[in-house]
Amino acid sequence: MTLLNLSWKNLSNKPLTMLLSLVLFALGVGLISFLLLINHQINEKFEKNLAGIDLVIGAKGSPLQLILSSMYHIDAPTGNIPIKGVMPYLNPKNPFIKAAIPLSLGDSYRGYRIVGTTANFLELYEAKVQTGRSFKAVMEVLAGATAAQELGLKVGSTFQSSHGLIEDDNLVHEGHAFKVVGIMKPTGASIDQLLLTPAQSIWEVHEHAGMGAAPAVEETEEAEHEHADEEHAAEDSIAENHAESTEQVNQIALTNQEEDHQNDDEAPHDQAEEHRLKSILEYPDKEITALLLQFNGHNITTLNLQRMINQNTSMQAATPAIEITRLYSLMGVGQDALRWLAFIIMGVSGLSIFISLFSSLRDRRYELALMRTMGASPGKLFAMIIMEGLLLAVFGYIIGLLISHGGMELLAGEMKAAYRYTFTGRTFLVEEGYLLLGALAVGFVAAVIPAIQARNTDISETLAEG
Amino acid sequence: MLTTKQLQFSYTRNQVMNFPDFNLQKGEHWLLLGQSGSGKTTLLHLLGGLLSPTSGSIQIGNTELGQLRASALDQFRGKNIGIVFQKSHFVRALTVGENLALAQQLAGLKPNRERIIELLERLNIGDKLRLKPDRLSIGEQQRAAIARALINQAPIILADEPTSALDDHNATEVINLLEEQAKAQGSTLLVVTHDKRLKDRFPNQIAL
Repeated sequence: MTLLNLSWKNLSNKPLTMLLSLVLFALGVGLISFLLLINHQINEKFEKNLAGIDLVIGAKGSPLQLILSSMYHIDAPTGNIPIKGVMPYLNPKNPFIKAAIPLSLGDSYRGYRIVGTTANFLELYEAKVQTGRSFKAVMEVLAGATAAQELGLKVGSTFQSSHGLIEDDNLVHEGHAFKVVGIMKPTGASIDQLLLTPAQSIWEVHEHAGMGAAPAVEETEEAEHEHADEEHAAEDSIAENHAESTEQVNQIALTNQEEDHQNDDEAPHDQAEEHRLKSILEYPDKEITALLLQFNGHNITTLNLQRMINQNTSMQAATPAIEITRLYSLMGVGQDALRWLAFIIMGVSGLSIFISLFSSLRDRRYELALMRTMGASPGKLFAMIIMEGLLLAVFGYIIGLLISHGGMELLAGEMKAAYRYTFTGRTFLVEEGYLLLGALAVGFVAAVIPAIQARNTDISETLAEG
Repeated sequence: MLTTKQLQFSYTRNQVMNFPDFNLQKGEHWLLLGQSGSGKTTLLHLLGGLLSPTSGSIQIGNTELGQLRASALDQFRGKNIGIVFQKSHFVRALTVGENLALAQQLAGLKPNRERIIELLERLNIGDKLRLKPDRLSIGEQQRAAIARALINQAPIILADEPTSALDDHNATEVINLLEEQAKAQGSTLLVVTHDKRLKDRFPNQIAL
């Protein structure tokens, strides 16, 4: 019989007392581990999605909302800005700007957001195409890995978007079919949840629905301009618009077919595509939702850019790092409270271990003296009681981790439905290793006074009392 | 085998207990008689190394108890002295068999299952091997306690009032067993008691 075995038998001889200590300990450990897990995973998502973006320009409103909607895709967009206003930053010749990525947001397909953008959006997140190819024409879609999997989209699938970011059959943009041309590799960033399409597609879909965007195809721009200015077109005109836009889509589709048939070799094909998908710089009157900027190094100009935009234009500029830090500090209050609660529970569980060991010692005084007469040294009794405290800590720790990781797995489903982010309980953190050390420390401290008492048992006196 | 010389012990300064010198040979059975409060238990604890004498010496075999250091004394006691107490106590979380195995282990010996089973059978409680001690009757518990004192074949068996809590029938049986088993393994037996029922059974007696 090892010392460990003996300690375990002593504990399991009083299952109810042990259970109380274990439950308390497991709760404390579980809560701390859960906080670690969720913190780590949220941080990871936020970090990944920062993607080196220095500044986000969008419509006036809450800067945090702008960041959340345009970078993390978890809040409603603030509104639209005219391309005219951000032309200087979109210009590839601007020496201060390394990359400028326009985003058109606001539509979705079955809860997954459709993002109108340009091809360099992929570079930002180092996303790669897994099957098919990237979008090259209006109404073509490159789907994120998670979105494709959840929506069952394959290369060649078509779907119709709906207005707004929640699933609503009444807001479907009828007649405008998006076509999936490629699916991306998983990146772990929010791009996995997105359906990417050229910005022109969004204008195309909204153009006749009276959403304030001008048509995508240049030739019809003049004609449709009136529609564009009427921000909220009357119901009856919508039907007419639909007809027109359907026609347009058909035209594009036709062009596609023609070109596919005509051009078998690559070079002329690309030329044709370039012709079809012009730079968005050529649409100064169109609107986008946000512009993501990466600077070419930091200098006075880039530092002043944010203040300049916020003071002198009707747009706002927000720095992701600052907004995310602000978000952390907002969430931090609740997390701090929970963390304190967890530490208090740990403390109480330590106290409960102490009390149960201490009171069990009163009952076991004679037993301990007896063990001394059988040849056990004081050190052995000390070790036995310490071992009991450590055993409780280890079991409490294991149960606690099971609770937190199991709970995380259960919650992951709900969180995914709410935020479109995937969480998992199947990862273990280095911090949880430290948590084990902490748990052992609590077990040791709780056991040390009873253990000293056990070590100091006066054999003769105890035995004489009978 | 067990020799004491000018043994003195005091709990407080002005109350000194003096114990007679005696010399028990190997295999002898002795009775130590005395009234309550005469220091019987104190003497037994001194002999068992549970207390240290104020002065004087105790020699067991060739070992002087006073010269052993704390942990060496614990080991020596576990190996060489088997003690039966007035009330039988056990490690309650363990079964009878495990209690005996623990006694072997704490004495630094290897647990020997055959020895445990054989001893329990000899004491007529072979079927209690896997029971927790509190499931046994008082008589059975006392037998199990004797088994624990005998398990390591200690050369010295000390028994502190082994019969005082028992009725006549059980008392006779327990003392018979003690004598039989001590004889069987050639141990020196010292029974400390005020129990008059035992007076006529032991020719060798020390009075306090």
